[in-house]
Amino acid sequence: MMTPTRHTAPLQGENLTLSYDKKVVIEGLNLAIPHGELTVIIGPNACGKSTLLRTLSRLISPQSGSVLLNGRQISEYATKEVARELGLLPQSSIAPGDILVEDLVGRGRYPHQRLFSRWRDADRLAVSEAMQATGISELADRAVDTLSGGQRQRVWIAMVLAQQTPLLLLDEPTTWLDITHQIDLLELMQDLNRNLGRTLVVVLHDLNHACRYATHLIAMRDGKIVAEGPPAEIVTTTLIEEVFGLRCMIIDDPVSHTPLVVPLGREPSPAA
Amino acid sequence: MTTITSVTPRSRKIVLFSRQKLTLFTLLLLCTLLAIYGLGSGTLSLSPMQVIDALRGEGPHNLTVIVTQWRLPRVAMALILGAALAASGAIFQSLMRNPLGSPDVIGFNTGAYSGVLVAIVLFNSSILGMTFGAMTGGLLTAVVVYLLAWRNGVETFRLIIVGIAVRALLVAGNTWLVISASLESALTAGLWSAGSLNGITWAKSLPVVGLIILAWGLALLLSRRMHLLEMGDDMARALGVPVERSRLLLMLAGVALTAAATAVAGPISFIALVAPQIARRLCANQSQPLLIAGLTGALLLLGADVATQRLFLPYQLPVGVLTVCLGGIYLIGLLLRESRRK
Repeated sequence: MMTPTRHTAPLQGENLTLSYDKKVVIEGLNLAIPHGELTVIIGPNACGKSTLLRTLSRLISPQSGSVLLNGRQISEYATKEVARELGLLPQSSIAPGDILVEDLVGRGRYPHQRLFSRWRDADRLAVSEAMQATGISELADRAVDTLSGGQRQRVWIAMVLAQQTPLLLLDEPTTWLDITHQIDLLELMQDLNRNLGRTLVVVLHDLNHACRYATHLIAMRDGKIVAEGPPAEIVTTTLIEEVFGLRCMIIDDPVSHTPLVVPLGREPSPAA
Repeated sequence: MTTITSVTPRSRKIVLFSRQKLTLFTLLLLCTLLAIYGLGSGTLSLSPMQVIDALRGEGPHNLTVIVTQWRLPRVAMALILGAALAASGAIFQSLMRNPLGSPDVIGFNTGAYSGVLVAIVLFNSSILGMTFGAMTGGLLTAVVVYLLAWRNGVETFRLIIVGIAVRALLVAGNTWLVISASLESALTAGLWSAGSLNGITWAKSLPVVGLIILAWGLALLLSRRMHLLEMGDDMARALGVPVERSRLLLMLAGVALTAAATAVAGPISFIALVAPQIARRLCANQSQPLLIAGLTGALLLLGADVATQRLFLPYQLPVGVLTVCLGGIYLIGLLLRESRRK
């Protein structure tokens, strides 16, 4: 890797004010994505988490404030340079026509290629490693539009992995997947973080998935960070009530020994 | 959709590699053979050997003149313009992620033709003026279609519908221009209204060829970005593509290619629509269709031109008549399939 310094926070937001549809959703937000962690951002709908992720990955520019990538303003980087540091899986992407899995994954190599440069061994290796890591090597010759939703999501992640960036940002990657594929994908992210040393930032909807897989949790509400830290330290009934307005009790997840949020429902009585 | 033939994983790269090369080679060969046939056919038929001798300047003087000065411009321009139209189609179909997003369906070439007509009828221009008129007309049409289709961003389907409507208006406008022109201008313009390669000379073609080479170069430079844009703006930007700039440049190249072809030959329809689609099926799944689409377009236009010259003797029909007929059939099939898929 070419990164000069291993920053403790490879990605930072300073005094960010962000708007969505001309409405300010985040004002004066400071945040630091810790190096080597699997950071999960949670919060109710419209709390600004997706807007934040899009800003951190320079898909949109902040109204004011700045995003720092490895300590330098992200807007000062060339677009391809950013793409060598930071990989992003946006909420919606389109698989073009009848493209084959391997070819789609190969497109993740774009930031490493020069104009007219040929397909090199490094590219081939990166693609096959990415497909191996996501368990789709067998699907290499299949057309993407013949795959199931879960497989397809893996292909997209493989494409982002082939980019070989130290940082990975994923915007609600588990949406539209059935529970088996959701867990599958979360385990894959954990694996990327633990064994391949990638720093991940993931927006998730499911609280218990977040508690179980995050090593660093950021809870947001109304454009502000309410709490952040390891799930076991910060997830309390008061936090959940404050962030989601949900009354719950928290028990120990018997498998992973992380906090498990059990909603109490609207009335304290068990009646339906 | 196309069916995927199963290939063993290990041999795949090699198989596809040679398949693409094979397709390119076959198309080149077919273009060459057809060109030799086209050069040899006419009121005075020549054998392939005579044609080749004439091309090398070794034949009798009169044959050399017939081949290189009379017939070669037409054959060469059929190939070049066919390739230009096909590339333009490939670019717009890719940008809009829809085969119906072709410049000939959404009126960009009709707009270019309007520009040519204005140049002829109002300014009595030479080929340079006509090329300029075609560029201006094509670009203006593109801008108008985009602005009319704009509602917080451009949705492809709306753009196509708007484009078809604008095209209909332009066709009416073009007819009006021809009617209100002087007889002489009207005759010149009318000859082209369907798109024709009759009476092409080297002198008429050269400025246009320059423009086509520039636009092709630009398109090839941007072809990788073009494929990334197909995956959605967010994904493309995440991979390091400057989205807006790339799209603008690609559209510029696409309009230039269509406009250049229109300036020489009038609005030849359906090559831009059909050629990229055929190319996609020829090189199944490969993501380098620009060259193959270009060769397919070259082959199609030359084939159509040779056919119109031979089939309807003693009349010389404009080649556009044949491409419209063939393309029309294809368009109906495409519409049927699209509507069934919805």
